[in-house]
Amino acid sequence: MSQPTLDIHKIARLSRLALTEEEATRFESQLGKVLEYMSALEHHDLSAVEPTQHAMPIYDVWREDESRSGFTAEEALANAPRQSSGQFLMPRVVEE
Amino acid sequence: MPKYITTIGLEVHAQLNTRSKMFCPCPVGYGADPNTQTCPTCLGLPGALPVLNLEAIEKTVLAGMMLGCSTPPISKWDRKNYFYPDMPKNYQTTQFDLPLCLDGGVPLYDLAYPKDAQKSIKNPGKVVKLTRIHLEEDVGKSTHSGIGTQLDFNRAGTPLMEIVSEPDIESAEEAFAYLISLRQILIYGGVSDADMEKGQLRCDVNISVRPEGQKELGAKIELKNLNSIAAVRRAIHHEVERQTEAVMRGEKLLQSTRRWDDDRGETQLMRSKEDAHDYRYFPCPDLLPIRTASIIERVHPRVPESPHAKRARFEQDYSVSAYDAGVLTSDKALAAWFEEAVAADAKVPAKKIANWVINELLGRLNEASSALENSLVKPTALNELVACVESGKISNTQAKEVFDEMFSSGETAVAIIKKKGFEQVSDTGALEAFCDQVISANPEKVAEFKAGNDKVLNWMTGQVMKASGGKANPKVLSELLRAKLA
Ligand SMILES: [Zn+2]
Repeated sequence: MSQPTLDIHKIARLSRLALTEEEATRFESQLGKVLEYMSALEHHDLSAVEPTQHAMPIYDVWREDESRSGFTAEEALANAPRQSSGQFLMPRVVEE
Repeated sequence: MPKYITTIGLEVHAQLNTRSKMFCPCPVGYGADPNTQTCPTCLGLPGALPVLNLEAIEKTVLAGMMLGCSTPPISKWDRKNYFYPDMPKNYQTTQFDLPLCLDGGVPLYDLAYPKDAQKSIKNPGKVVKLTRIHLEEDVGKSTHSGIGTQLDFNRAGTPLMEIVSEPDIESAEEAFAYLISLRQILIYGGVSDADMEKGQLRCDVNISVRPEGQKELGAKIELKNLNSIAAVRRAIHHEVERQTEAVMRGEKLLQSTRRWDDDRGETQLMRSKEDAHDYRYFPCPDLLPIRTASIIERVHPRVPESPHAKRARFEQDYSVSAYDAGVLTSDKALAAWFEEAVAADAKVPAKKIANWVINELLGRLNEASSALENSLVKPTALNELVACVESGKISNTQAKEVFDEMFSSGETAVAIIKKKGFEQVSDTGALEAFCDQVISANPEKVAEFKAGNDKVLNWMTGQVMKASGGKANPKVLSELLRAKLA
């Protein structure tokens, strides 16, 4: 069967990862195997199987709309490498 | 010159006014100190799991019902993958193929058009078709400055409805009316406070231009950074002009995203199709699908009267004009205020109360740039004032003076009338004395009247009025005089 197409450079770009050529080759082959494994499904006749919306046959798990406080600002920022006036601080990013 | 057709679709994001966030119990609110309303879930910390907020689901279904949408039997959640610091999980939990609401439409109310365009509505009664409404989570708020980008995650996880229209809008004026009408309906439904200044309502515009006769739509250009409904109108006007000129020059427009700069009044390219996002949607394994039947059943009784239904009822029940009914129902709180004023004493004609609300109260509030909720004139007090005019206790001119004082002091009509000595004398005993006085002092006028000169009665009424210090009730007075002279 045909090998599913995999554009490792596009995947890397979407994931904001800078891969070396060596990494790109290695991950391409690893991810290719994952896709190949998934394509095993194509060998089964699923025409009689009803599609489901989730792997678990469970529905309607929800909570009432009640609020309670969570972290203090100090707790929220405890792991922030940089902070300023109670906010997470990072290199300037301007897009949308 | 060939004609060009403009096609516009809007994507509106509306924050729901629930108590807690979409997937965690953190409070939802505007104006809290940065990062004081977060938890592991809305900060996207590893291992934290989301739980659906039922009320957010119900409010979205309710909005859908008000807009005539249908709800599929099963609805589910998906992940939209992208990397941006306002979303630390690196995906936004949203709905892809099974949203809560499908189809439906937004009716464009006449009074929702910009004031200067209300006289020339091209498609009266138009309903703009909707594609869908789905429920998702809002992202954090980023502020860019010299030191870098600062992030506040209080907003992250706030329930957010995305209302997507079909490319069914023809002009900037229709887009304006769409947003005003939609906002009105969301507020009526109590699902969102929909304040654009607070970011509770946000709007992206998709716009394309094509020559008349061409079937397929022109290149879709998305506009972002539209911070007010007026800015949406300005941006569309600008963009239609820019795109039309480009097409006329023979330029080929490409699918792209542009940012509106309201100060400069122009759009700038943000990204072209080549860097269009590829979100790689997939079903969220952490959230289970929902069956909507029981939700629909619960929400049905919660659907309130829509603005257009209320408007029709006001015309019918209160005999006000279509325009006045439109003004009174343009704001849910105003409609309630008016109905409370009418209900205070059903004997007072509703139409008269409507006139006072529209011409005096709204005018005065507008001059004072004050909101209805801060009005010192209360509904019952207005009813009382109108009752005084109707019974002839005070004249219309006096009533306006009384209203002015009610508006600035909050005192009741009766108290002000007493204080100003406006009370008209309707007590016939007191009036009779004045009449007798005038009749006996002017025998020649009495003779003229008896000879058939009816105008004399006006003169005599004036005399009695003068004698009473202007306090005589003119209606009672002229009846009295006529009886005495007969
Ligand atoms: Zn939270």
